[in-house]
Amino acid sequence: MEINTGNTAWLLLSSALVLLMTPGLALFYGGLNRSKGVLNMMMMSFSCLGLISVLWVLYGFSLAFGVNESSGLNNIIGNFDYLGADAAKITEEWLFFGANTGIPTYAFLVFQMMFAIITVALISGAISDRMKFGGWVLFALGWFTLVYIPVAHMVWGGGFIGTTIRALDFAGGTAVHINAGAAALALVLVLGKRIGWPKDNMRPHNVPFVALGAGLLWFGWFGFNAGSELTVDGTTVIAFINTQVATGAALVGWVAVEWIRDRKPTLVGASSGAVAGLVAITPACGFVEPLPAVIIGLVAGVLCALAVGLKYKLGYDDSLDVVGVHFVGGWIGSLAIGFFATDSVNAGITDEKILNASNGLFYGGGATQLLRQFEASALVTVYSFAVAAVLALILKAVKLGRVSDESEVGGIDISAHGETGYDFTPASGAGGGGAFALAGIGTKETVDADGKASVSQKVSS
Amino acid sequence: MKLVTAVIKPYQLDAVKEALHALGVAGLTVSEVQGYGRQKGHTEVYRGAEYTVEFLPKIKVEVLTDEIDVEKIVDAIVGASRTGKIGDGKVWVTSIDEVVRVRTGERGLDAL
Repeated sequence: MEINTGNTAWLLLSSALVLLMTPGLALFYGGLNRSKGVLNMMMMSFSCLGLISVLWVLYGFSLAFGVNESSGLNNIIGNFDYLGADAAKITEEWLFFGANTGIPTYAFLVFQMMFAIITVALISGAISDRMKFGGWVLFALGWFTLVYIPVAHMVWGGGFIGTTIRALDFAGGTAVHINAGAAALALVLVLGKRIGWPKDNMRPHNVPFVALGAGLLWFGWFGFNAGSELTVDGTTVIAFINTQVATGAALVGWVAVEWIRDRKPTLVGASSGAVAGLVAITPACGFVEPLPAVIIGLVAGVLCALAVGLKYKLGYDDSLDVVGVHFVGGWIGSLAIGFFATDSVNAGITDEKILNASNGLFYGGGATQLLRQFEASALVTVYSFAVAAVLALILKAVKLGRVSDESEVGGIDISAHGETGYDFTPASGAGGGGAFALAGIGTKETVDADGKASVSQKVSS
Repeated sequence: MKLVTAVIKPYQLDAVKEALHALGVAGLTVSEVQGYGRQKGHTEVYRGAEYTVEFLPKIKVEVLTDEIDVEKIVDAIVGASRTGKIGDGKVWVTSIDEVVRVRTGERGLDAL
């Protein structure tokens, strides 16, 4: 079979769209954060673009999507066939999964790479302003390896959740959002609250960033959802339109809650509602009709708006509401499949050779699929939470958990990265503006670890 | 000589400036300040969490004047900046011992 150029072009474009979601997430989270930690917040997302890309090629793809049906271990993890994304092995299997997609395996590899990147990055919103950056990098490495890879395999790679439980997850309700949300909750419970929370003022420092980031996420999410069909057909189009209408409905739902409860509709609320809708429709987008997608969006908008307040009631400091938006939204979307999935949208649902699942409760399938969705969501929740908690406890024990109190109060951007997001020095005056004006000196020296001055920069007035 | 200092709502600045101009006041100093009086601050709500903003933006207007003109200036400022609502601000008058015009070295009333 030859390469199907249409399918391949769409999948590569979708990969690029999903890539854009991570910088979008960085802006969304960065804007919601306080200004003294904006760079650390964005850096946690950006670092995943580097780290996970490398790990995905080294072993991630192989362990997540290598198939070895003769081995019982295949229920949980893939194999070593694609280690290093070896061209000799991959090019001969360019008919992905033997299906008639005409997609080179490399295209699928890069598409899934983008999913792995953003899933890890999602977690970071919960622990802004307080985790050691080195600790974060190690956590990302460990969680990606021990949790993301096996869960992605179990859901999409021919493993236990997809083939035995037969739960459906079109684009990542369990594998991405519940998975990341549960890890985020574990991390905040182990690391603890930010100093001053919930008494101090920790309001978002740049609401336009929040809206811009949400907009980029929305844009990229078309690749995330519609791209997950892997080919271009009627289901791709349904996934696309569902992504749009559910997101719009969730925005309306969240803003309605604010308008009624707080008497003011906010841009932070509209942006958060959009993200909640995107999260909730993700698992269901290729399985439901547009009107149910609107209902899913509305429910997600309203419930997530209410859920973000849980942290104040229960006393955990999930800085940017990863639990309230991604964990809760992921659960809503995953369970919604059990109500609304229909093989008139996606014939693969009830096809014995493809997904062998059941129609939803409202489409004649009874409670069968709802129960499967619950089992899968609960399994991912427990597994991700448990492993993330152990990883976090280990990091804490080796002093790689939290930064010092002084660093946290002074701002993690300076203490961890040696840079600040904004220069508030007046433009006029003897210093001529710029960061060095504060220091009141003409020459700035950076001293390296050996105590030698390695950089000397003359600052003109 | 007197210094008239007024802390007013930012959007009343134009009206105050015009009222002083009509009196023939030659110059004034304006600065952006923050503070609160009896009304305290206001609240902002993000994702359902309420944050109290204690210090509200205000404008401080300062006018150096002859003692004879003080009452007229105070009345002009109060008249121009009063809305009747909470947060309109305050005006106070302090005595000044000496004023020097930097350009010429003139002192006292000549320097005004």
